Amino acid sequence: MAVDIQVRINGKPHDSKVEPRLLLVHYLRDTLGLTGTHVGCETTLCGACTVLVDSKAVKSCTMLAVQADGAEVTTIEGLAGAPEAGGKLHPVQEGFWEKHGLQCGYCTPGMILASVELLRGNAEPSEAEIRRALAGNLCRCTGYQNIIEAVRYAGKKMKGRKR
Amino acid sequence: MATATRYIGKPLKRKEDPRLIQGLGHYVDDLRLPEMHYAAFVRSPYAHAKVRSVDVSKARTAPGVVLALTGADVKGAIGFVPCAAQIPDMKSAPRPVLAVDRVRFVGEAVAVIVATDRYAARDAVDLVEVDYEPLTPVVDPERAMAKGAPVLHEPYKDNVAYRWELEGGDLKKAFKQADKVIRQRIINQRLIPMAMEPRGVMADYKPGEKQLTVWSSTQIPHLLKTQISVMLRVPEHSVRVITPEVGGAFGSKLNVYPEEALCGYLAMQLGKPVKWIESRRENFQTTIHGRDQIDDLEIAVKRDGTVLGLRCKVIADLGAYYQLLTPLIPTLTGLMMCGCYKIPAARMEITGVLTNKMATDAYRGAGRPEATYFVERAMDLVAAELKMDPVEVRRKNFPQPEEFPYATPTGLIYDSANYQRSLDLVLKNSGYTKLRKEQAQLRKKGKLMGIGLSTYVEICAMGPSSAMPAGGWESATVRVEPTGNVTVLTGSSPHGQGQETTFAQIAADMLGLEPDEVQVVHGDTAAVSYGIGTFGSRATAVGGTAVYKCLEKLRSKLGQIAGHILGEDPGKLVFRDKKILSKSSKKSLNFVEAVGAAYVAKTLPPGMEPGLEAVTFFEPTNFTFPFGAHVCVVEVDSETGDVKVVKYVAVDDCGNVINPMLVDGQIHGGIVQALGQALLEEAVYDENGQLITGELMDYAIPRAADIPWMELSRTVTPSPVNPMGVKGVGEAGTIGATPALINAVVDALSPLGVRHVDMPVKRERIWQLLHKPSGRAPAKAAPKKRRAR
Repeated sequence: MAVDIQVRINGKPHDSKVEPRLLLVHYLRDTLGLTGTHVGCETTLCGACTVLVDSKAVKSCTMLAVQADGAEVTTIEGLAGAPEAGGKLHPVQEGFWEKHGLQCGYCTPGMILASVELLRGNAEPSEAEIRRALAGNLCRCTGYQNIIEAVRYAGKKMKGRKR
Repeated sequence: MATATRYIGKPLKRKEDPRLIQGLGHYVDDLRLPEMHYAAFVRSPYAHAKVRSVDVSKARTAPGVVLALTGADVKGAIGFVPCAAQIPDMKSAPRPVLAVDRVRFVGEAVAVIVATDRYAARDAVDLVEVDYEPLTPVVDPERAMAKGAPVLHEPYKDNVAYRWELEGGDLKKAFKQADKVIRQRIINQRLIPMAMEPRGVMADYKPGEKQLTVWSSTQIPHLLKTQISVMLRVPEHSVRVITPEVGGAFGSKLNVYPEEALCGYLAMQLGKPVKWIESRRENFQTTIHGRDQIDDLEIAVKRDGTVLGLRCKVIADLGAYYQLLTPLIPTLTGLMMCGCYKIPAARMEITGVLTNKMATDAYRGAGRPEATYFVERAMDLVAAELKMDPVEVRRKNFPQPEEFPYATPTGLIYDSANYQRSLDLVLKNSGYTKLRKEQAQLRKKGKLMGIGLSTYVEICAMGPSSAMPAGGWESATVRVEPTGNVTVLTGSSPHGQGQETTFAQIAADMLGLEPDEVQVVHGDTAAVSYGIGTFGSRATAVGGTAVYKCLEKLRSKLGQIAGHILGEDPGKLVFRDKKILSKSSKKSLNFVEAVGAAYVAKTLPPGMEPGLEAVTFFEPTNFTFPFGAHVCVVEVDSETGDVKVVKYVAVDDCGNVINPMLVDGQIHGGIVQALGQALLEEAVYDENGQLITGELMDYAIPRAADIPWMELSRTVTPSPVNPMGVKGVGEAGTIGATPALINAVVDALSPLGVRHVDMPVKRERIWQLLHKPSGRAPAKAAPKKRRAR
C-alpha cells in the first residue's frame, strides 16, 4: 500500500514510504518531527498548517503527502534558510517579534509563511492588501493589527535587503 | 528601598517569541514519547437519548487497537466531571466521563478507543455500534422551563438548575419615583471560544515510581492535578501536571474535562503513554461555550436622565451539565449590572436552565460582558427615550472621581476610577462632535451612519478568596541561583499573555538586573508551588503581585547581607546595574557577590538562614476595576444590510502598566473578539439539538479583512489594592466593545424607528429590520428589497 515519495524539505531531500492517505501535515509533524507546523481545523479554514510548497502558501492539512512528491516544501523551521533570511531570522519572523504580532503563537508559523508569500510578490502591500492576503489565516489573540504592522516592517526590511 | 523603573512600563519585546516564531515551541501535540498510543472518542450524534447498548467488540479487534472502553467499563473507576461552583439549592447534574445509559448533548462521549496510531484509532471509532433510543431534546431555555418539558436529570421534576437573586438599594422607591420605566429584552447569544489550539492531553504512567504525568493544554495545571487525583483516586503526590505551550484558551481551558482524567486512566491501564488531540469539530461540540443569556431589563429613569433603578431577569442557558464554573458565570453579571453608573437600586433574578447543549462556562469576560452589554444598551435606550445625547446620559450617572472607593448596590467596592476623564479623551480622539455633524449631513442624503459609545467598568484580578469558589490567591517563588541568575516560578500558567516577559521586567527592575537574567517558569506542578492559574485578568495583579512580594523579601535579605559586608545601613541601599550600593557612601557590592555570600554562608549576619529563595501566597484584599470608553462608527448598507465598522477608537485604563506593547495587544485582541460576537459569531443548535454551526465553515470568527484599524490610548488610574497599582487587561476589550458596536448600529438605524437589535448584526437580520412592513425603510432601498440576498 505504501507509496514512495521524494520531497525536498527545507533544502534537504527526503525519500519516504507513506500511506496514500497520510496528510502532508502529519508527514511533516509525525514522520519528520517538524512540529512547528500546527493543525488547527483539518478543513483548510484556519491556516495554522500553512507551509510553502514550491513557493506557494498551501494548507498542509488538506494536502496529501503523496501530492508533495517531487515538490520543494518550506516550513517554519526552514525559513531561516530562505534567500531573504541569510541564515538568521527571516525579516517576517523579525517583524512578528518586533511588532508583537503573536500572543499564543499557535497561528504564527502559518501566518508567517502566508506573509512571506505575500511579500515576495509585493514588498509594499497596503493595509487592505495585507488583510486580504491573510484572510485565510485565523488568529484569535492579536486582533490582527500587530500582524499587519509586522508584515509592513518585514516588507520594508526585505525591500532594503534587495537593493 | 526605591525601585528603578528601567523596564517596568517599557515595550520590551517578548522573551517567549524567539521559540514561537521559529517553530521551536512545544504544544501538547508536539510532544512525543516512545510507544506513543492515541485515543479517539465515539460521540453521540443525538442531543438526548437513552443509550441501550454500546458494542465495541469489532473495534477491539481492529488493526492497531489495543483498548476500547465504554461508559460501563469505567463507571466505577473514574469520578464525575467536577464543578467548583455551588449555589444554594442548586440541582446536581453529574456528568460521567463516558456516558453510561443516557446522552444529553451532541458530542457527549460514549466510548474511547486506544490504538498505536492516530489514523487507526479514528478508523476504529466507526466500528463501534451504539444503540440509541432518541428522547425529545430540550433546546430552547424558555421551553425547557415550561411545565411538561422533558426533564434532563431525573429524578428532578424540571430543568431549572437554580434561582439566584441579588438586590441592593430601595428598588420599590426607585420605580415609584421614576418618570419613565423603559423595558427591553436583550439577548446575549451563545458563542464558541475557538482557541486556535484545540484541547490536547498526553498521559504517561510509571508503575515503578507510581507516578502519573499528564500534559494538558490548560489554564489551571494545579487545580487539574487535584481533580485528576480525586477523579482517579490516585494520591495527589503521585500526579504531576505539565502545561506546555498553550495555543490560546479564553476561558475554555479553565476547566477539567473528561478526556484529561480518561487519558490518565488509559495510560495507567496500558502502562503506555496515551495522547488525545481534539479535532476542531470536537472542539466546537465539547469544549465549553460562552454567554447564552436572555436579559429582560427594566430601567427606572427620571426625566433628566438620572437612572434610579435597574431590574434584570436573566435566563441563563447552562447546557446539559456543569463544567467547572458553569452555574457561577451568570452571577458575575449580577454583580456588575450597574456598570460604571451610580444607580442607587438594582435587582437581579437569575434562572439557570439545563438544556440539551454543551455547557456554557467562562469565556473571555465571563459574565461581565453580558452586564456591560445590557447596561450600555440601557444608557442608549434612556438617551433615545429622552432624546438626549448618549454622552450626556452617561455623564449624568457617573460617580465622581472623589467618590472612590465606590460601593455599588450589588455589594462591590470599585477601587479607583475617573470615568469622566476616559470619556473626555475618547470623545476628543474620535472627533465626536465632528462625527455627529457628519452624521447629520449623511442622514440628509439617506445614508445610515451610526456612532456608538460604550463606557465600561469590569471586575478583574480575581480575586479575594472569600469571593471565589476555590481560592483567589496566587503563588510565586523567586530563587536567586548561586551564579546570580534569577528563576521566577509562578502559579499563573499563561496561554499567550506573556508572563515570561512581564514578570522578568518586574524582577529585573526590583533587583537591578537585566530581563535576560530572569527566567520565568510555569505550568509544571512538580516544579512550581501550588497555584491557581491564569483567568479573570488576574495574572499581573495577583500573580505578578506574588512575584513582587517575593522580590521584596529577597531585596530585604540581600540588603541585610550587603549591609553587613559593607558596614552600611541596609535601609539605605539601592539595587542598580547589577550592584547593591549605598547612595550616601557610594560603597557597593556586586549583586553576584551578595548572592554568593548567601550560599557560601560564611559572611552572613548572625542568625540569618543561608540561601536566597522567597515564597509568597498572595491574597488580594479586593478585586480591581479597570474601565474605559470606546467609540465605534459604522455604516449600514441600506440595500444589503451589511454593517461596516469604519472607525474604532478606544481609551482604556488598566492602572499602571508593566509592558504597554502587551497591554495594547490584549486590547486589540479583546476588541476583535467582541466585534466577532457583535458582527458574526453565533453558536446555533437546531430544534433537534444539533450544533449546526459545528465547524469553522459555519461559525464565522473575525478574519483580518472583517475589522477596522483600532486607535488606542489610555489613561492611568493606579489601583490602590496592590503595590504595583496594576488592574488587569485581558478581558477589557471584549467587555467594552460589543455595546459600542451595537449602539452604533442602533444609532444608524434610529431614523427608521429602531431602538434595539440583537447580536450578531448579520446582514439578514439588519435587512429584515430595514424592510419590515412596520419600519420606515429608507426611500432608496425599499423598491429594491426583492433583489437582496
